[in-house]
Amino acid sequence: MSRTVLKVKQGKLQSLTDNPTHYCAGCEHGTLTRLIASAMDELDIRERTVMIDSVGCSVLAYNYLNCDHIVAAHGRAPAVATGLKRVRPELMIFTVQGDGDAASIGLLELIYAAQRGTPITVFLVNNAIYGMTGGQMAPTTLTGQVTTTTPYGRDALLTGTELDASRILSGIEGAAYVKRASLVLTEIEGERGSVYTIRNLLDAKRSVENAFRVQALGGFAFVELLSTCSVNWKLPVLEAKRYVRDHMIKKFPLGLYRDKIGVEKK
Amino acid sequence: MSNQRVYLKGNEAVAYGALEAGLNAYFAYPITPSSEIPETLAKEFGNKKYPEYKFFLQAASELEAINMVLGAASGGARAMTATSSPGFSLKQEGLSYAAGMELPCLIVDICRAGPGLGNLGPEQSDYFQSTKGGGHGNYRLIVLAPASVQEMALFPRIGFDLSFKYRNPALILGDSFIGQLKEDVEFPDFKPPAHEVASWAATGAKGRAPHILNSLELDLQKHYKHIGNIFEKYKRIEENEVLREEYLTEDAETIIVAFGIGARVAKGVVNNQRRKGVKVGLFRPITLWPFPKKQLRKLASEGKRFLDVELNTGQMLEDVKLAVGDGVTVDFLGRWGGLVPTEAEIERKLQKLEVVAA
Repeated sequence: MSRTVLKVKQGKLQSLTDNPTHYCAGCEHGTLTRLIASAMDELDIRERTVMIDSVGCSVLAYNYLNCDHIVAAHGRAPAVATGLKRVRPELMIFTVQGDGDAASIGLLELIYAAQRGTPITVFLVNNAIYGMTGGQMAPTTLTGQVTTTTPYGRDALLTGTELDASRILSGIEGAAYVKRASLVLTEIEGERGSVYTIRNLLDAKRSVENAFRVQALGGFAFVELLSTCSVNWKLPVLEAKRYVRDHMIKKFPLGLYRDKIGVEKK
Repeated sequence: MSNQRVYLKGNEAVAYGALEAGLNAYFAYPITPSSEIPETLAKEFGNKKYPEYKFFLQAASELEAINMVLGAASGGARAMTATSSPGFSLKQEGLSYAAGMELPCLIVDICRAGPGLGNLGPEQSDYFQSTKGGGHGNYRLIVLAPASVQEMALFPRIGFDLSFKYRNPALILGDSFIGQLKEDVEFPDFKPPAHEVASWAATGAKGRAPHILNSLELDLQKHYKHIGNIFEKYKRIEENEVLREEYLTEDAETIIVAFGIGARVAKGVVNNQRRKGVKVGLFRPITLWPFPKKQLRKLASEGKRFLDVELNTGQMLEDVKLAVGDGVTVDFLGRWGGLVPTEAEIERKLQKLEVVAA
């Protein structure tokens, strides 16, 4: 059995500040922040990177990532990124958006940034819920899932089923790279207890790096990252991680949805 | 185009005016009666005469366009978009953010009749939305109101300049009439001033601390201070940047207050009446914000009476009344629904007010 070692740069990352994050216990936003910082260091792009912070749990990322930031209105981050990229093409520009931000109020901005092949990178954190506002139904909420605005479970007849942003973008010619990965550790239960595999996390790390590489090559890159929201799901942290393994991944299958440049083979 | 006379529509003139003012990026969304602005700027994109004009893009919505403007402005670019009233409502979100983030940018609103879809005729009914903030929160836009195609051509220079000087969005508020009107214009030679952006723009944190362009401040005390500072800046704008035209006001007994196309018609009335020996003058606010209240108050203190004429149901009227204070006569003539008041209508009003003999 082969062993994989997660290569994370040793010591302090240049791209991370010393501020403690505000994220709830068990939330994967901090994991993504770390992966992005690690990619910025490894690709040596920190000094020419601008993050567009969006409304939701990622809005305070300007406290954690040591680069220039623009804080956009709810859903508008890809439009702000487009405007900046077109006047400063030398910059590396990325957004971190929630599912409410990118897949609901900002779906138009997301789709058209992709459709134009805008060389930017969009990270969508899919935790199936509006986290920052306190756990309302998101377009990604699973059918039957209880949220504060679907207290009896999401009714597919009334509100439809889960919106799959990766599949929508995979059908758009302008998108160079569309990938769905997971930030969530996967539990493998055995007779004498559980172990957790970081296989998905390794893939997420590679996807984050690839998403920057695709932008550097002039393409639009999109990575959807499955995440938990144990506080708003009202589940203990470990149960929330099981929920992703047992339910969410089935509705949102991980994988490469589009890779026009072939960056994953490089 | 410099120093030669050209025959242009107002919308074309404001587009060329922006290019002459050093426009870097334009983000478009079509709406009648402003669409000649993006059409002109699409046509001129790539013209070597405008080396600073780096980017043109048609957005998928008004919201996308204004947010692209915000992105380009964050990079320190001279960025612009134009629209007309229903679209201007949609711009308010972005303008509120731009004001909170202290971003410079230029917006053109070619006002048509509202509310809702209204019609394509001229109105000045976006006055409140333009001068009182428009979106959520405490802020102001710098608002310029052109009354001719020539002013459409020149106001982008003032708009960009003030916008960068004070790091606040600026607006050119025209109307369907000024936008569609065709006149001879000149573009005197102009070298766009170099605006300092290095101290705040998002250009990559190389050899400096990160720049964070943000309207969010969760610390209430800090936010109180931030907005207080913005309003200190607004006081300086009110002190230094008021523009107005006074036409035969000195000896006038009655002064017509009007802006944009309304002032154009009113000037004709003043000329007609002066020929008959009636002492009527015109006061035209050119900056609708900052509003020329001190100048109006001075005229009021000299015992003059006022007739406010607008293409709406009486919006600037409130600012005129506030400026002149109690005990001063301010009458009103409004035309709305896309109609422009005629000289005859204004003169009939003056007769009714017994300013001129019937």
